[in-house]
Amino acid sequence: MKLTERFKEGKFVITCEVGPPKGIEVQKLIDELEPLRSRIDAFNVTDLQSSVLRAGSMATCRLLKEKDFEPIMQLTCRDRNRLSLQSDVLSAAVLGIENLLCLTGDHPQLGDHPEAMPVFDLDSVQLLSAARGLMNGKDMAGNDLEGQPPQFALGATVNPGADPLQPQIIKMEKKIEAGARFFQTQAVYEVDKFANFCEKVKHLNVPVMAGIVFLKSPGMAKFMNANVAGVNVPDAIIDELAGAGKEKRVEKSLEISARLIKELKGSCQGIHIMALGWERHVAAVLEMAGL
Amino acid sequence: MLLTQNKPTEEVLESLGEEKKIFLLACNGCAEVCETGGEKGLSEMKAELKKAGKTITGQLNVDFLCNKVLVATRLNREMDKIEAADSILVLTCGIGVQAVSKVINKVVHPSANTVSVGGLQGLWASDERCEACGDCALDYTGGICPITSCAKSLLNGACGGTQDRKCEVDSEKDCGWLLIYERLEKTGRLDNLKKFHKARDHGKMFPSKELRETSFYDIEK
Repeated sequence: MKLTERFKEGKFVITCEVGPPKGIEVQKLIDELEPLRSRIDAFNVTDLQSSVLRAGSMATCRLLKEKDFEPIMQLTCRDRNRLSLQSDVLSAAVLGIENLLCLTGDHPQLGDHPEAMPVFDLDSVQLLSAARGLMNGKDMAGNDLEGQPPQFALGATVNPGADPLQPQIIKMEKKIEAGARFFQTQAVYEVDKFANFCEKVKHLNVPVMAGIVFLKSPGMAKFMNANVAGVNVPDAIIDELAGAGKEKRVEKSLEISARLIKELKGSCQGIHIMALGWERHVAAVLEMAGL
Repeated sequence: MLLTQNKPTEEVLESLGEEKKIFLLACNGCAEVCETGGEKGLSEMKAELKKAGKTITGQLNVDFLCNKVLVATRLNREMDKIEAADSILVLTCGIGVQAVSKVINKVVHPSANTVSVGGLQGLWASDERCEACGDCALDYTGGICPITSCAKSLLNGACGGTQDRKCEVDSEKDCGWLLIYERLEKTGRLDNLKKFHKARDHGKMFPSKELRETSFYDIEK
């Protein structure tokens, strides 16, 4: 089912990120998702996240589909030119994938193959526009597709913590114009700042899902503050986590995430959980958050 | 030498939009040789603009627009005419347009596409870079090149990886799109950012057969 249908039902939508393995062993991934079956509406499958080589998003999405999970295929502009991107959009539809998240993608220099050619033939806005064109039966060159065109719920990302925020909102508007029908955000830790962002984009009438990243340690929080664009974990949260002591840290971390979800819930239409290896804790956090 | 070719007149007029009063600034270096700048470029452009109902507040032909000190000093003498204009139409290569944009707080428009940067590049002695993409976007980006200032050469705004003003790839380098945003804000052109910029035509990176048969190419061989 398309994610957009869930929003239409008025549901508070929950998605969770899944990273394909560095290799071909997918059983662990499937096993970790099983307990989440009843709680998660759809699973984002990353496309070589952080520019690190892994198994592909499309194959993993198809696998999820076969196991009766709803996948969202992430597609970045980093590694493919417009021919390859459009072909992958068509192939995704052939494999029954109905949700597509279009991203620019990290630069290869951030990953494990820094010498790779950065492609970026298209950017995220142009990719959305190309996907929408295919949905209307035309490729980027204006040629007609044969038969039934593909149909997707097109999604995009936005960073509510960006400074300055205005260019982010302008780009968000362009993404909507190009075809985006839902947004997932970068990790959010500042509830008021996020509420302010949601208020600013309310008039755009498009569902926004707040990004949730579990803070595994105070060190990770500090690392994110220094290195992840637009993310600021407030000192109070870092102190709270540090104060819990090592043996109670996991519990405290989950408690913080559950509290954040509760506080963010009122300003947005869903949450997007990026568990980064803590998939086994997702169900507990959602339980604590009353979802 | 940098090779430039005039953009189609319709494209130049479209970029000038509602602006009526224009200051014409031409390069007397490589662009003079290509006849996109110099006296010939100036007089032809002047005629086109007059035909389109524009007023020319002033015109200037400067040797090597890529030399910022030279440009800033020379433009200083024309300030009244520049201030009287809505914008400056710059008849030169991508580097020259970026250099002019950097030294003066005025909207700049490029009149040409840069198609080759072979050989000696004028007096290009600073940090502006032109990749000779053949489809100059400097009009839309306030005179700062998104192809060379953004690590991903994006055309529709920053990628979301900007951290403390810097690029996600290089913490020493300002995010090109942040600079573009600030420049457009300063010149009252933020609306430019809202326009959808279609995907690049990479075919334009290669100089046409006609151009390759000109004497410029023969000399460089």
